[in-house]
Amino acid sequence: MQSDKTTSTDSKDAPLLSIRDLHKSFGELEVLSGVDIEVARGEKLCIIGPSGSGKTTLLRCINYLEKPTSGHIWIDGTLIGEKKVGDRYVHLNDYELARERREIGFVFQRFNLFPHLTALQNVTIAPRKVLGIAPAEAEAKGKEMLDKVGLGHKVNEYPERLSGGQQQRVAIARVLAMQPKLMLFDEATSALDPELVGEVLRVMRELAQEGRTMVVVTHEIQFASEVSDRVIFMDQGKIVEEGPPSAILTNARHERTRAFLSQITDR
Amino acid sequence: MGFWANMIKEFPYFMSVLLHGAVTTITVAVGALAFALVVGLVVALLKMSPFRVVRFVTSAYIELLRGTPALAQLFVIYFGLPDVGIDVAPVTAAIVGLGINGSAYLAEVYRAGIESIHKGQVEAALSLGMTPARAMQYIILPQAVRVMLPPITNFSIVLLKDTALVSVVAAPEIMFYARNLVTETFLSMQVYLLAALIYLSMTIPMARVVAMLERKRKAWR
Repeated sequence: MQSDKTTSTDSKDAPLLSIRDLHKSFGELEVLSGVDIEVARGEKLCIIGPSGSGKTTLLRCINYLEKPTSGHIWIDGTLIGEKKVGDRYVHLNDYELARERREIGFVFQRFNLFPHLTALQNVTIAPRKVLGIAPAEAEAKGKEMLDKVGLGHKVNEYPERLSGGQQQRVAIARVLAMQPKLMLFDEATSALDPELVGEVLRVMRELAQEGRTMVVVTHEIQFASEVSDRVIFMDQGKIVEEGPPSAILTNARHERTRAFLSQITDR
Repeated sequence: MGFWANMIKEFPYFMSVLLHGAVTTITVAVGALAFALVVGLVVALLKMSPFRVVRFVTSAYIELLRGTPALAQLFVIYFGLPDVGIDVAPVTAAIVGLGINGSAYLAEVYRAGIESIHKGQVEAALSLGMTPARAMQYIILPQAVRVMLPPITNFSIVLLKDTALVSVVAAPEIMFYARNLVTETFLSMQVYLLAALIYLSMTIPMARVVAMLERKRKAWR
């Protein structure tokens, strides 16, 4: 009993997400050149940086939409996308990989809602077909999630009839319905008209307040400074600096960070 | 006797014989379509396989069937197979022959339809924990069907007309009976025009039904 207790406390203190020496190349081009990150349970991490700095690729590696060239990722102590057989790391098969991805919610820049399904069906399809939850239960839960993102009145609409901001909120509800341990946001507001950005950020703020673990790639400096516990600035596939938002966003040590921030805020 | 006098006099007889053939025509067309739809999907999925050998064999299958006449394929099945000890009944030979021929065509239709779906759709499905097979089943194919429907309709109509080919392997369909009637009465124009009208009376409603289906499917867009 005693030892069990120790283990569980240990896993609570252990980071939810750890990334070790992650490299990713597309052909000749190295997009990630050795990234190490640890994210604690309940932590809100924002990643900023110029386009082409590798932040999106990093996020896509975390749920193995991109296969890292080398390096390893753990979520809650579980190796992601591979397993250790003896001394070697072996890639997981489709089924094993799908199981791991259930725990990792991903919100895409372009929403990627399923156009042939209603808002509610978008939210319930994975709980039903992946987790095997009964239709009635999945629907009740799905409606609850749509309510939560302020779209309780749009359950039967198809994505094409929704604004960009509404589509992105459905996409967030779709992720929430899977009750992931970790939520990844890939520039979730970049594809939106300016007047629709606020409604999505509001939802993300609420999620942050609920104590969810979030890794957010964003250009919304205001959001990063208010919501995140820590900010990472990336450039050319590397972490240039990291720290609490106050330190990075207003008082960056590196010239590159300052240059990037001044460009972004001068818009 | 003139054209119309003969036509009116023989019309009931011609129709009863030709409609008898139409039953076989429909049987062959429906059978071959079902065969082509199922085998075509398997071929299309195999052609997207991660294994090079599988892709190569599948491409060879498609090329072979698309690069040779359907008539030659029918002869191989009906006249060739008995030489190696496999006897095939005319209607079976017709269904299998037109079916495998169609499967090569439909495989390309399926593939084009599947590839027309944006990559983000698969990624969203995978990120929610679906396996690639589940993503195909619940997300990709239902959307791709909309893209595939027009060429599949077209194919069905062409297939229905192509069943005329199978008279050469003695499958008793419309053209088979039409030729018999001409031998019997020498009224070529009347018999073949009636046969053509019977085909037309089947293809026009088909085009209509599918146009309707397409409108219905557009609901989400």
